[in-house]
Amino acid sequence: MNPDLVKMIFGRLNLEALPIHEPILVGTFAVVATGGLALFALVTYFRLWGYLWREWFTTVDHKRIGIMYMILGIVMLLRGFADALMMRMQQAIAFNGSDGYLPAHHYDQVFTAHGVIMIFFVAMPLVTGLMNYVVPLQIGARDVSFPFLNNFSFWMTVGGAVLVMMSLFVGEFARTGWLAYPPLSNIGYSPDVGVDYYIWGLQVAGVGTTLSGINLVCTIVKLRAPGMTMMKMPVFTWTSLCTNVLIVASFPVLTAVLALLSLDRYVGTNFFTNDFGGNPMMYVNLIWIWGHPEVYILVLPAFGIFSEVTATFSGKRLFGYTSMVYATVVITILSYLVWLHHFFTMGSGASVNSFFGITTMIISIPTGAKMFNWLFTMYRGRIRFELPMMWTVAFMLTFVIGGMTGVLLAVPPADFVLHNSLFLIAHFHNVIIGGVLFGLFAGINYWFPKAFGFRLDPFWGKLSFWFWVSGFYFAFMPLYVLGLMGVTRRLRVFDDPSLQIWFVIAAFGAFLILLGIGAMLVQFAVSILRREQLKDTTGDPWNARTLEWATSSPPPDYNFAFTPVVYDNDAWWDMKRRGYKRPLTGFKPIHMPSNTGTGIILAGFATVMGFALIWYIWWLAAVSFVALLAVAIGHTFNYHRDFHIPADEVVRTEDARTRVLAAGAQT
Amino acid sequence: MSVATITTQDSEPVFHVVDEHDHPEGASTMLGFWIYLMSDCLIFAMLFATYGVLGGNYAAGPAPKDLFDLKLVALNTTMLLLSSITYGFAMLTMEKSKIGQTQLWLAITGLFGLAFLGIELTEFAHMIHEGATPQRSAFLSSFFTLVGTHGLHVTFGLVWLVTLMVQTARFGLTEANRRRLMCLSMFWHFLDVVWIGVFTFVYLLGMLR
Amino acid sequence: MTTEARTLEGHGGGHGHDDHGGAAHGSLKSYLIGFGLSVVLTAIPFWLVMTGAIADKQVTALIVLVLAAVQIVVHMVYFLHMNTRSENGWTMLALIFTVIMVVIALTGSLWVMHHLNVNMMPMHDMSQMP
Repeated sequence: MNPDLVKMIFGRLNLEALPIHEPILVGTFAVVATGGLALFALVTYFRLWGYLWREWFTTVDHKRIGIMYMILGIVMLLRGFADALMMRMQQAIAFNGSDGYLPAHHYDQVFTAHGVIMIFFVAMPLVTGLMNYVVPLQIGARDVSFPFLNNFSFWMTVGGAVLVMMSLFVGEFARTGWLAYPPLSNIGYSPDVGVDYYIWGLQVAGVGTTLSGINLVCTIVKLRAPGMTMMKMPVFTWTSLCTNVLIVASFPVLTAVLALLSLDRYVGTNFFTNDFGGNPMMYVNLIWIWGHPEVYILVLPAFGIFSEVTATFSGKRLFGYTSMVYATVVITILSYLVWLHHFFTMGSGASVNSFFGITTMIISIPTGAKMFNWLFTMYRGRIRFELPMMWTVAFMLTFVIGGMTGVLLAVPPADFVLHNSLFLIAHFHNVIIGGVLFGLFAGINYWFPKAFGFRLDPFWGKLSFWFWVSGFYFAFMPLYVLGLMGVTRRLRVFDDPSLQIWFVIAAFGAFLILLGIGAMLVQFAVSILRREQLKDTTGDPWNARTLEWATSSPPPDYNFAFTPVVYDNDAWWDMKRRGYKRPLTGFKPIHMPSNTGTGIILAGFATVMGFALIWYIWWLAAVSFVALLAVAIGHTFNYHRDFHIPADEVVRTEDARTRVLAAGAQT
Repeated sequence: MSVATITTQDSEPVFHVVDEHDHPEGASTMLGFWIYLMSDCLIFAMLFATYGVLGGNYAAGPAPKDLFDLKLVALNTTMLLLSSITYGFAMLTMEKSKIGQTQLWLAITGLFGLAFLGIELTEFAHMIHEGATPQRSAFLSSFFTLVGTHGLHVTFGLVWLVTLMVQTARFGLTEANRRRLMCLSMFWHFLDVVWIGVFTFVYLLGMLR
Repeated sequence: MTTEARTLEGHGGGHGHDDHGGAAHGSLKSYLIGFGLSVVLTAIPFWLVMTGAIADKQVTALIVLVLAAVQIVVHMVYFLHMNTRSENGWTMLALIFTVIMVVIALTGSLWVMHHLNVNMMPMHDMSQMP
């Protein structure tokens, strides 16, 4: 075939993009393909495609979308952790002349992918999933403000994940680190597809995240139940509001920066080049204006989870509600004034560094206030050490250490020694794992019974907990030591044999975490198998305090048959205390939004367009763009996107619940 | 401050809304669109920041004085400002449910928008012909990106305008269409606000450097 | 800013035009005033720069900037109908928050990059290149 024609049809995609010479990747592909085919076959055999499409892929129900986000996050956790294991193994053995098992070309992709996946496709989806599931229930609403956009946002996140995962088997990923600094990420030093996979994966997912941010802000502002003033909202809703404000106010920056980088790569502009007036430092500046708020986007929901869990499992109202709210808002605003602490060493000088060093130290204060509020909530409470509370205590101890090392790094002269050393790596894993991940695990154990009607198995949960916590300390405390001794991040091979023992301990820690993840997966499986014994019929297994626990477990599609009226904080606790009786009659038809396939179709086109742009298949990029526009415009011609659940269906659902509650009360 | 407890006749507290009305459709739309505009504002802010930092890096190539024709920019600005007022007139006739006049004012807005784009594209073509391409220097990269992104937004706005004209013609000035026209109104005026920033920071201050 | 959620009376049917989530709308008079002000606030800066009427460039720049800020407010009030009542004050709050973010990001970037450039950028003068 005419080579010019081939180039026009396939862009720069050719058979060399398949990594058939790399045994690790061939092996990975074999496992993934087998597993994928098996899953496909099972779904087909049980004829579940129709069910999946109708009930899950096209759903606009925030609860199902939330669950799908969680599934995405946990699946991607396995990929991101595989990268971590690979790095730990390499670093543990690459001493005394050994090159290890991972060539540089591959290793650099591993640490880049590890960071990108963990932040964008594990932490963000898990956090978004929990907020999506819980917030409408907590405010007494039936869904989010824009249910269709919610579905679309989810599929765009999936699209981004697909692009990043694809890079494993078709082409390669970026080798630049998770923030892809130029000049390395520019076309001169990274001419191949890796950085383009990075850019388009994040741009596609970023659209989803930004829209989700707008959605949840509007939901919290507009759809609260009557009587729920701002200062009567649950703390998790407050932290969700601030998180989504941060999303709306920071992701556009990421969009802009990545767009500028892609212009440099595709069109030859000179934003971040070394010549013709470009300035790579501007990229670092802009990306961290996004990057710092991003870490607060990750941790604020975790703080919210801890507030809910601490109050519930101490049997007490949260201490210092007002100061919690103020602390959250202050953190939100201050998170915009610290970004330079990520590049103290880039050379901005003493005056600039001092300003940002001081603001960074100030931002630790409201977090400290929150810590004290949780402690005071526990004081003189009747504490029940269920799994969510265990994770909370582990968080308190672990996150404080990570926070303190953060304040240490905030001192510019100290940072000059420690920047980009393993001390930094230990610090941020300390706060992300100790803060975000432990929070997510607390949240998952806490709200799982609400979503599915049965609790998670406590034994395997506790096993997972102890493996995770001990594994974390074994894996990361050595890194603090190594960092203080001067070891740089992202190294593949080492000269100094005295360092090896620390890396071996760290690898052992990673192995413990592997057991922790394994135990968690077993926990899910065992819980499903034992769901009858773990069943909760009350809807309120923890004797909790907020409105989501007023519904059945799982809640009906419409959440609340009657919109609740709120008088006080901890609305559900207030209802229980004052002898609330669940209404048994008078149900009306309920107005609901309809399912739609447009979201997944649009995201599909966006993903194809990303793929086409990566491989320079211009005709495909143009076609998918036009298709995207056409479907989006076509969708707006559909004005009838809602329906009513008939009153007798509501009656049937509520009557069934009445019977279940009565049966439960008799046992 | 708590709302006083609503009670039934037997002084039992009422914890649910008994006489519930459907949520008005599109209750969140205006706020949601406004928040989207704020996020778009941030994208433009980053492009302005980039222009601010890199806009003086001519790389021994053409500078603003060599390239900008303020008469053309004044004409462009006039087109956009006129399009803003004609959209305003379209909103006024929409309030009065005058569908024909609304379509007319929308069409005129579209024409002014097209004129704006046409003039801008001519300007770009001229600059590129003179060798002042986006690749020539960081100043030109940031110029073309900032002004070009604004132009792209205007283009999308015009596509949306045509779509709404078609939908208004087909379905009339329904609640949904009115909401959509109001969102486009916000979008259109927002673009004019961004243009104030562009002609000030890029063109006028550029000539003053 | 009031802090109520949906009122118990509900929204019912039959909204007036003013109740599109609280969005205001203009009148012919307000649009024309806005337009007139905008024309003046555009013409003056263009005239100042094109004719060089004020010799001092810094003063010209300052006037141009101030008039641009004023015109942005004019657009906000007369075209976008910004007020503190819209959406119970949330629109204004969102705008104020965005303005603060923009100011921080812009001034912060300019300040930081200026320092970085002074300290770190190479000194060569490209106009001397052969």
